[in-house]
Amino acid sequence: MTDAATLPPGRDVKPRLSRDDVMMRSWMIVIALYLVVTLVFPLYAMLSKSFSTYHFDLGQFEFQVSDDDGVFATDPVLASTLNDQLGVFGEADLRAGSDGRLPATKLFPDFSFRSSKMYRVRGTSDEAVYLVGSTRHSGTAWQELDSNTFRRVQMRPVSGTGFGNFVTYFSTPALSNSIKNSLVISTIATVLTVTLAFGFAYALNRSCLRFKGAFRIIAMAPILVPSLLPGIALVYLFGNQGMLKELLMGQSIYGPIGILIGSVFFTFPHAFLILSTALAISDARLYEAADSLKTSPWKTFWTVTIPGARYGIISATFVVFNLVITDFGLPKVIGGQFNVLAVDIYKQVIGQQNFEMGAVVSVVLLIPAVFAFAIDRIVQRRQVAQLSARSVPYEPKPQKGRDRVAMIYCSVIGVFIIGLLAICQYAALIKFWPYDLSLSLNNYQFDLMDGGGWGSYFNSIKLGLLTAIVGTGVVFFGAYLVEKANGFEMGRGFFQMVAMLPMAVPGMVLGLAYIFFFNNPANPLNAIYGTMAILVVCTVTHFYTVSHLTAVTALKQMDREFESVSASLKQPTMKLFRRVTVPVCLPALLDISIYLFVNAMTTVSAVVFLYSPKTALASIAVLNMDDAGDIAPAAAMGMMIFYTNAAARIIHLLVSRGLLTRTQAWRFR
Amino acid sequence: MKTTSKTLTIAAAAAIAATGVFAETELTVYTAFEAEDLKRYADTFNEAHPDIKINWVRDSTGIVTAKLLAEKDNPQADVVWGLAATSLLLLKSEDMLEPYAPKGVEALDPKFVDSDNPPYWVGQDAWAGAICYNTVEAEKNGLTPPTSWKDLHDPMYKGHIIMPNPNSSGTGFLDVSSWLQMFGEEAGWDYMDGLHENIARYTHSGSKPCKLAASGEIPIGISFAFRGAKSKAAGAPLEVIVPSEGVGWDMEAGGIIAGTANLEAAQTLLDFAVSTKAMEMYNVGYAIIGIPSLAKPVEHFPDGLKDALIENDFEWAANNRAAILAEWQSRYDGKSDPK
Repeated sequence: MTDAATLPPGRDVKPRLSRDDVMMRSWMIVIALYLVVTLVFPLYAMLSKSFSTYHFDLGQFEFQVSDDDGVFATDPVLASTLNDQLGVFGEADLRAGSDGRLPATKLFPDFSFRSSKMYRVRGTSDEAVYLVGSTRHSGTAWQELDSNTFRRVQMRPVSGTGFGNFVTYFSTPALSNSIKNSLVISTIATVLTVTLAFGFAYALNRSCLRFKGAFRIIAMAPILVPSLLPGIALVYLFGNQGMLKELLMGQSIYGPIGILIGSVFFTFPHAFLILSTALAISDARLYEAADSLKTSPWKTFWTVTIPGARYGIISATFVVFNLVITDFGLPKVIGGQFNVLAVDIYKQVIGQQNFEMGAVVSVVLLIPAVFAFAIDRIVQRRQVAQLSARSVPYEPKPQKGRDRVAMIYCSVIGVFIIGLLAICQYAALIKFWPYDLSLSLNNYQFDLMDGGGWGSYFNSIKLGLLTAIVGTGVVFFGAYLVEKANGFEMGRGFFQMVAMLPMAVPGMVLGLAYIFFFNNPANPLNAIYGTMAILVVCTVTHFYTVSHLTAVTALKQMDREFESVSASLKQPTMKLFRRVTVPVCLPALLDISIYLFVNAMTTVSAVVFLYSPKTALASIAVLNMDDAGDIAPAAAMGMMIFYTNAAARIIHLLVSRGLLTRTQAWRFR
Repeated sequence: MKTTSKTLTIAAAAAIAATGVFAETELTVYTAFEAEDLKRYADTFNEAHPDIKINWVRDSTGIVTAKLLAEKDNPQADVVWGLAATSLLLLKSEDMLEPYAPKGVEALDPKFVDSDNPPYWVGQDAWAGAICYNTVEAEKNGLTPPTSWKDLHDPMYKGHIIMPNPNSSGTGFLDVSSWLQMFGEEAGWDYMDGLHENIARYTHSGSKPCKLAASGEIPIGISFAFRGAKSKAAGAPLEVIVPSEGVGWDMEAGGIIAGTANLEAAQTLLDFAVSTKAMEMYNVGYAIIGIPSLAKPVEHFPDGLKDALIENDFEWAANNRAAILAEWQSRYDGKSDPK
């Protein structure tokens, strides 16, 4: 560096780009573009939708009233002038949704439909639209109507842009209350889940509990089912005909209690996984030191164990918080009258066809989700290696009392998880709960119910496989490029950032954003709307981040020397990628595929806005069957998803083992 | 080379011509008919018109309506068949329907035909609100069956009634709009205030209250008669009660989407939709059909349902829908903490 000053001034020396560099950069741009088109553009479309407002422009309508003999003696008068005089419509009345209607007669306080007066109405511009009954009129030509017909005149709103939707949202308590509900329920569920999962992970890592493998598998089971399923199980347990109804002591399961119990169930594996990793690594020397200082176990726990796992705890907290606040399936099934943001989006869009308000709620939901995600990322970055080369891994020693408590604790959690799944399976096999408890397979006749029938189940498997194949390819290739390309710092930084984004975007928000972006006839990609392709694209994008991080971690373990060696041997990078990188990273590739497969099978939130009758999915069928009141078939379909995912996991395990012994023998030299 | 391409062109042209002869027209039909009826309806239609293939797009009323409105500038549907008349009025007011008078439309009850001439839509059958009453659970809770809407105010029903949320369910909106029309606006809202006290919760879908009543999850579900009859036939201990004041109702109706590329086939379908054959087809599940003289009683359907139908002003309901829903939401949604 010191020589730099002495160098003669001139252009910076840049290495010439090789063909490989050019190709890698172009591919990186292609994949980055994919993410921009499938994530950034739709979100932008959604954001602009939330600012697209409808309001009544009274200056656009003109009326003329005759005298009792039908002679038009007075001058025409603008609706806005009438309103200024009378003050019938306030500012809030003039804000509208796309289906808003304003009756014209309100501007005529002495109006009677029996009077013999005649009325004329017209727009002052071509944009003005009004209805006579349900027939649409527009334009500046006068329409002459008798008073009985005039009472059927409804003014329609015009579109504009502004903060009107947000104003309406925050001034409607029925809507904005959901913010509080969502935050409160997510906070309580987070505290509950993280505490319970911490205990479980602690027992598994810091005691000499028996059957650790089995407990680990049980704890991970909820990941294999849609979040709706615990809700259905809770109906059978604690509903009005529930088996354990008395335990609730008169409280209703439909509402916050149900959401809480269900949330603990479906977020448990996520919290457990993070906390287990955090507790697995610990330095035995610290415990020895505490021991020799005669520190009480209680104090050791708070001064050694908790600080050691603090990053895990914080990370688990925000992951769980994010899962609960963005979850839609569970509160939909068991939430009762307890409104939360994610369900509000669904209600606005599907129930009321109010897409603008749906976009507003989406923006509101995006804020806590992005916030929780950002904190998690910051914490993750600060997590530095806690194990130095001199650390001694902590090995728990048998201790009868502690191990027994651990056993009881883990068994209770295990029974809770297995119990909820078992109850669903049981309910699915009962003929007509609670009046006919004989067993039957009637509830598996999905073709007779709403939701898409057996076809939806096979669609789901197709979606899972396609997502796994396409997703793994795109994600891994993208991660490879960003990890191994030379130079191009800016492009790589941008790519990393875009690849992190999907995790911060709740599924409901993504799905709604896709409607706005892809269902626009002006969009050349409009053709994929309503096809399996959009479901695959959406699911890959929705679960991009975790897959990307897995791939990056695997790739980081590979020395960059490989690239240098292949370059010096004049081998194209793609050959290296094919012949060396992919085989070496095969375990990670398999992990990504199974992750994508399982999530594609269970996801509801993003795809609920995007499926078409030909691409109905099993998880959506669970939702729709429950919605129609066919709860037992919904449980049956939910359990089909569980078995499929469990089978996929077992196949994944066997294939991984087989491949590991065949291609990864070098690891175990 | 040149000859090859020429031959190919001829072959292609011949192929296209050949398919043209045998081709069946495909119609994309948006519907909210019950899932189990779709195949039977399509088969009956194809008996008469084997050359037209129906591609169903089925979902609940709210979702199909939302889909149609969302696709306003780029319609995917050729025909709407079996959607609530209030929804068709919404489509009409957005200029999305092609007026057409199907052959035989004169035979229909005038209530089942749009007031314009030629009509923008025609009705097929009617479904009406009703109360599903689980006799076994009611007895357990010591309830006596209600006979009128007003009866539901009785404190003994507290927490024992479920009704659909009108914001997401067509049935729910039908109930609300019928109360407002029957009792008058002010008394209607008063009625709902009282009813709200007794409601356990509101569901998203209109059939769920009845299915929940059928399974004993709740003794009383405000739903529609058709659903109650079905559940009763399936063996549920249900009584389908028609309240004495009258019940709200809506039609399953059909219309042609303006700008369809298959206008002729669409018109054929609409002709069929009002034919005698079709009426008999609807009559299997629905007691009230467009040509009343053809109607035969349907098992498990409550007596006197037809006489209980109120004078329903669909136009009023469609034009006031947004305002009613907003009012309903501010009164009962979200404020109600679950008990």
